[in-house]
Amino acid sequence: MTRLAQVGLFEAEEHLLAAIAESRSRGLVVVDAYSPYPIHGIDELMGIRRSRLTLVCFFGGLLGLSLGLWFQYWSSATDWPLNVGGKPFDSLPAFMPVGFELTVLFGGLSTALALLVRSRLWPGKRGSTPPGVTDDRFALVIARSNTDLPSSELPELLRRHGALDVWREGDR
Amino acid sequence: MHTEPEAANLAPPLIGGGKMPSDVTRDVCGPLERRPTGMWWLAFAGAASLLAIGIAAVWYQVATGIGTWGLNRTVGWGFDITNFVFWVGIGHAGTLISAVLLLFRQKWRTSINRSAEAMTIFAVICAGLYPVIHMGRPWLAFWVFPYPNFRGPLWVNWRSALLWDVFAIGTYFTISLVFWYVGMIPDLATLRDRSRGLRRKITGLFSLGWNGSARTWSRYEMACVLLASLATPLVVSVHSVVSTDFATSVVPGWHTTVLPPYFVIGAVFSGFAMVLMLMLIARRVMSFEDYITSAHIGAMCKVLVFTGSIVGLAYATELFTAWYSGSEYEMFAFSNRLRGPMGWAYAVMVLCNVVAPQLLWSRRIRNSLGLVFLITVLVNIGMWFERFVIIAGSLQRDYLPSAWSDYVPTSVEFGALIGGFGLFFTLFLLFCRFLPMISMFEVKTVLTDGHERAASESDARERSVA
Repeated sequence: MTRLAQVGLFEAEEHLLAAIAESRSRGLVVVDAYSPYPIHGIDELMGIRRSRLTLVCFFGGLLGLSLGLWFQYWSSATDWPLNVGGKPFDSLPAFMPVGFELTVLFGGLSTALALLVRSRLWPGKRGSTPPGVTDDRFALVIARSNTDLPSSELPELLRRHGALDVWREGDR
Repeated sequence: MHTEPEAANLAPPLIGGGKMPSDVTRDVCGPLERRPTGMWWLAFAGAASLLAIGIAAVWYQVATGIGTWGLNRTVGWGFDITNFVFWVGIGHAGTLISAVLLLFRQKWRTSINRSAEAMTIFAVICAGLYPVIHMGRPWLAFWVFPYPNFRGPLWVNWRSALLWDVFAIGTYFTISLVFWYVGMIPDLATLRDRSRGLRRKITGLFSLGWNGSARTWSRYEMACVLLASLATPLVVSVHSVVSTDFATSVVPGWHTTVLPPYFVIGAVFSGFAMVLMLMLIARRVMSFEDYITSAHIGAMCKVLVFTGSIVGLAYATELFTAWYSGSEYEMFAFSNRLRGPMGWAYAVMVLCNVVAPQLLWSRRIRNSLGLVFLITVLVNIGMWFERFVIIAGSLQRDYLPSAWSDYVPTSVEFGALIGGFGLFFTLFLLFCRFLPMISMFEVKTVLTDGHERAASESDARERSVA
């Protein structure tokens, strides 16, 4: 959460969504919203772009497949060709199961890692979590700068949508 | 807001008791914050004793040698590999529930997916131990990996189905663990924000500073869908690869193309039976009757009838193909399976896997939890026997009558079998004690009633204030 922000705490998802909609329509910058569970449709409302994790997953999987197939080829046809039951050294069909498993392994690990890096989550991180948002509360953070609206009207706006509590970031 | 006729058109709520989000947090976190119940200690003592028997048996076997088992030159795989295939199969339902049902947007999965995924991980741990024990010299288990060594380097044989197993099981364990852990991060944050002291430190470490931001949720949901999309073909590949351990050999009764789908559906079937069994116990012991409702049990029973029928079809296909092939050896292998020295095991398998689940067509039986529990136990027994019949039964009688031999498992093998169950239940009970057994954030998304009530209650309050 940035400084110079106005925070409102809500008790229902509908109130949060309504407050976001009005803030955005009045040209306010929604810094972030916090909720105990993912809210359907909040992405469009807040203008969050579709995540590009799919690309990470695809290229991670591709890397796993290429490395897997290359290593199997290199170790059994180049580095030490060994005749096993008269089968060809470069037995591509027999390399597919391991190739597939490595595709999934690399794809999955790179996706999970990208999620953590991109969302700045790491072991032992101390973040500021608005009170109750991991239980049953919803929080909205609006930037107090870049707005034509007098900042005194922000708490009023949040309360109109049912905010239980309103405070400026830095007050507590 | 809610009118009666409108509500009547809706399906019954997934979660009973008119829960609000804070009730979910309290119900799921509560048992973790209290002292364990007497029932839990009793179960834990039982499971740990079984595990102790297993450890003693395996210790004796490793110290003395594989000769302590009943295996011989003809029957080289017995209880050990049967247990391996059985436990891998048990794991599959967890992935199916968490990944496939996520992709199909089956909301009833939210109450059971966490424990089903935990079950997957524990089952794969049990499964992975048996081939390692079977090696006889488990301290050399790293030889299965392609690592640079001073013998050439001599690489592993990539054309061997046994090596594919190493990669399939390794990947399956890793991806299941990642999926389970990533799925638990928001709930660990909930635990963190409720606790103090050491528990807060530990949950704080593992919840990675999660704060429920909408931007994180957006990426998080994408990551979960991606992991589910990867896990779905993975689960099919794992048991297919396990089946190639048999299907790529020339042993009659093993050498069939039906084996991969046969194994995969059997795995889903046995896994679902195990999930259902654990859920029936857990809802009672942990008082989760509102979360694991009769609707959940009914849905899982229907999956059991469906997969059980496919298993029956697979048995019939295998018999038909043996006859239709015209191959003397194939026909003998199957007549031996039905009428040979292990004919009784085949009968147990068919009764437990094909006949017993058919009872679940009846709604009366689906509603009778005692009977459902009994059927799940029977299915687990039947599926263990299926693997035993395929593995030991086929090996006993191969091409050369002079090589035929019988297989009698020893007490050491029974000890290892018991130990597997001990390990599984010990891990599961520890999970119930220390981690949120129900995915709180996912259950909160399906509490439609609760949201609307919260909104209307506070609207009413505002109106009254005004």
